[in-house]
Amino acid sequence: MGKFEYAPAPESRDVVALKESYGLFIDGDFVPGQGDGVFKTISPATEEVLAEVTEASPADVDRAVTAARRAYERTWSVMPGRERAKYLFRIARIIQERARELAVLESLDNGKPIRESRDVDIPLAAAHFFYYAGWADKLEHAGFGPDPRPLGVAGQVIPWNFPLLMLAWKIAPALACGNTVVLKPAETTPLTALLFAEICQQADLPPGVVNIVTGAGATGRALVTHPGIDKVAFTGSTEVGKEIARAAGRKKVTLELGGKAANIVFADAPVDQAVEGIVNGIFFNQGHVCCAGSRLLVQESVYDQVLASLRRRLATLRLGDPLDKNTDVGAINSPAQLAKIRELSDSGEAEGAERWSAPCELPVKGFWFPPTVFTGVSPAHRIAREEIFGPVLSVLTFRTPAEAIAKANNTPYGLSAGVWTDKGSRILWMASRLRAGVVWANTFNKFDPTSPFGGYKESGYGREGGRHGLEAYLDV
Amino acid sequence: MTIAGPDLRRFLDGLPGVDSVGAEARAALLASRSIKTTAKRLALDLAISMIDLTTLEGQDTPGKVRAMCAKAKHPDPTDPTVPTVAAVCVYPDLADVAAAEVKGTGIHVASVATGFPSGRASLDVKLADVRSAIAAGADEVDMVIDRGAFLAGKYQLVFDEIAAVKEVCEGTAHLKVILETGELVTLDNVRRASWLAMLAGADFIKTSTGKVTPAATLPVTLVMLEAVRDYRESHGRQVGVKAAGGIRTAKDAIRYLVLVNETVGDDWLDPDWFRLGASSLLNDLLMQRTKLATGRYSGPDYFTLDS
Repeated sequence: MGKFEYAPAPESRDVVALKESYGLFIDGDFVPGQGDGVFKTISPATEEVLAEVTEASPADVDRAVTAARRAYERTWSVMPGRERAKYLFRIARIIQERARELAVLESLDNGKPIRESRDVDIPLAAAHFFYYAGWADKLEHAGFGPDPRPLGVAGQVIPWNFPLLMLAWKIAPALACGNTVVLKPAETTPLTALLFAEICQQADLPPGVVNIVTGAGATGRALVTHPGIDKVAFTGSTEVGKEIARAAGRKKVTLELGGKAANIVFADAPVDQAVEGIVNGIFFNQGHVCCAGSRLLVQESVYDQVLASLRRRLATLRLGDPLDKNTDVGAINSPAQLAKIRELSDSGEAEGAERWSAPCELPVKGFWFPPTVFTGVSPAHRIAREEIFGPVLSVLTFRTPAEAIAKANNTPYGLSAGVWTDKGSRILWMASRLRAGVVWANTFNKFDPTSPFGGYKESGYGREGGRHGLEAYLDV
Repeated sequence: MTIAGPDLRRFLDGLPGVDSVGAEARAALLASRSIKTTAKRLALDLAISMIDLTTLEGQDTPGKVRAMCAKAKHPDPTDPTVPTVAAVCVYPDLADVAAAEVKGTGIHVASVATGFPSGRASLDVKLADVRSAIAAGADEVDMVIDRGAFLAGKYQLVFDEIAAVKEVCEGTAHLKVILETGELVTLDNVRRASWLAMLAGADFIKTSTGKVTPAATLPVTLVMLEAVRDYRESHGRQVGVKAAGGIRTAKDAIRYLVLVNETVGDDWLDPDWFRLGASSLLNDLLMQRTKLATGRYSGPDYFTLDS
């Protein structure tokens, strides 16, 4: 026990009013499902049941798409951009006003530390709505022609790692461009999307412009294959993404899928900040980040120093109650994900890599995995190739910049990469050769609504964020 | 190992860089830690015990120094459980007054020297300043480095001055080396100056004189803590850190303790290895301490003036 132990500092749950059960948000109202399917959403940190949620049937999806079509034709697509902007600005402000409530709910349902939901997820979600609100009446200046038209009804399926933020990435540009949406949140994290539906009501958003249907894979399939959908947007695993691309037919599709990003540390890097960047790259959000820096490439000459610093730093990470304001690492989102992380980590050991975990006590209840580092990883190991989507870092080494590029690009993915060096010219040299949608220089996992985000290769296609993000929702 | 001349310069210029954006982000994250109840009680007392209670004004008098020493010994006369501060810090000509007041209490007498705060004097004058402080009873000397020489790249000159002062202090006084980071400006310079001071024999490295803005900041202190951590690892000698100037509230002080806790840990969480140079800070710590014990804030009239 250290000299200065922090007492528990839990954020209060009182700010959140959970309902026992939630219906579907269709045409501006919460309605019961037409089938009798329901499922429970739990807190992954305690396994406590938070609420019962409706599983939308194909008939429910059809109702939602019909409502969205009606709203598209009668209201939203014919509304002047400056009027649409007012609604988006209003939503952004309500997100800010209800930020604490959203943050607590996100941490409860997802298991992520309140520090992250409070300081990253929710502020960024609001920022996305503010940003795209600004575009709504300026689309003719976006570089897509004098009067770019919306696509129609967008079917959007989002993951559980950043529930509200991914919702914002999807809904804000779609609405700004004049589309209406039917969105399906992930089955393990539906609650902030349902609270967002309330926010839409509070903002007086015309009925049918935003529809939220909850459910699992079958609901998602019904949505993306629905003939009334003009555009499919998906963020999630590469496996499901491929299935969606096949099923979507002639619809316009954007996919933001998996990643196995290289975080490349050169000998002349600012070591202490690089170590922070490594930690932030892979242990932020328990590594449930598609652009996570899950492959650390360290120049051999500083390998020992960087690894020693990294281990020392990991020993200070605070794992535990997601609602504690001092928690750095929260819970794994679901038992299925935990099983996958365990399976891949075990394969790492079986294939000969050396496993080291930060010395931290894991809570008894809930789903937990300690921050873990694998050394002696070869590019052929599964843990160097497959996306683990958990707090597991694979460390490889390189000797020259060319070798770093070769190893970094040797992956079916290409979502992000990081470069750590004090040499500006080397950053540019690397950035032009890395086949990744985002290259961070001397930082990692930095997000901004003005910056486009998306992948190469099996990490997907299309861009979200920035001016580029408009293209996905315009008929161009 | 002694490094001298061009090698010293190459060594210091070859230290890993500091990315200021990253360092500031790290300091900001640690500043968001929430320290409550038992942890806060512990932190408040620890902070009190780390204070170098300071008066460094042209208008200082023996009377003022005596009053400050009384406060140092009994920060809250109504509560004997309050720890004493670590040291009192004065100009050399008042060190004898302070030494007489705190004799036998365990409170150290720190005296600034070497032409404080500008350091613009000849080496002879600086050394005489140090000798007079020690002769007057100071057991800690807070020297300033020649920032002009440092910025001009004359690292050897700065090194030699520190080494000369160290020689005078050897055996009788602890040497704290003030980097005046507000004049060094970049975090790369802060790291270089920290190493330079440690290599030249500093027992403590200290951020600021308090006469220049900005004085102590969290990112600067973070970089200095990383430097003492790395120096101990490579040279086997532990060096203390003193954050001085601009730390006025209990909240600020606790942020510094969190920084120490999560950067260098238990070994530095001790008045022998970490200090806060401040004056008005003490009363805010006392006020928060009373608030924690009674649940009520009392007004400033219920706490004694520093001097």
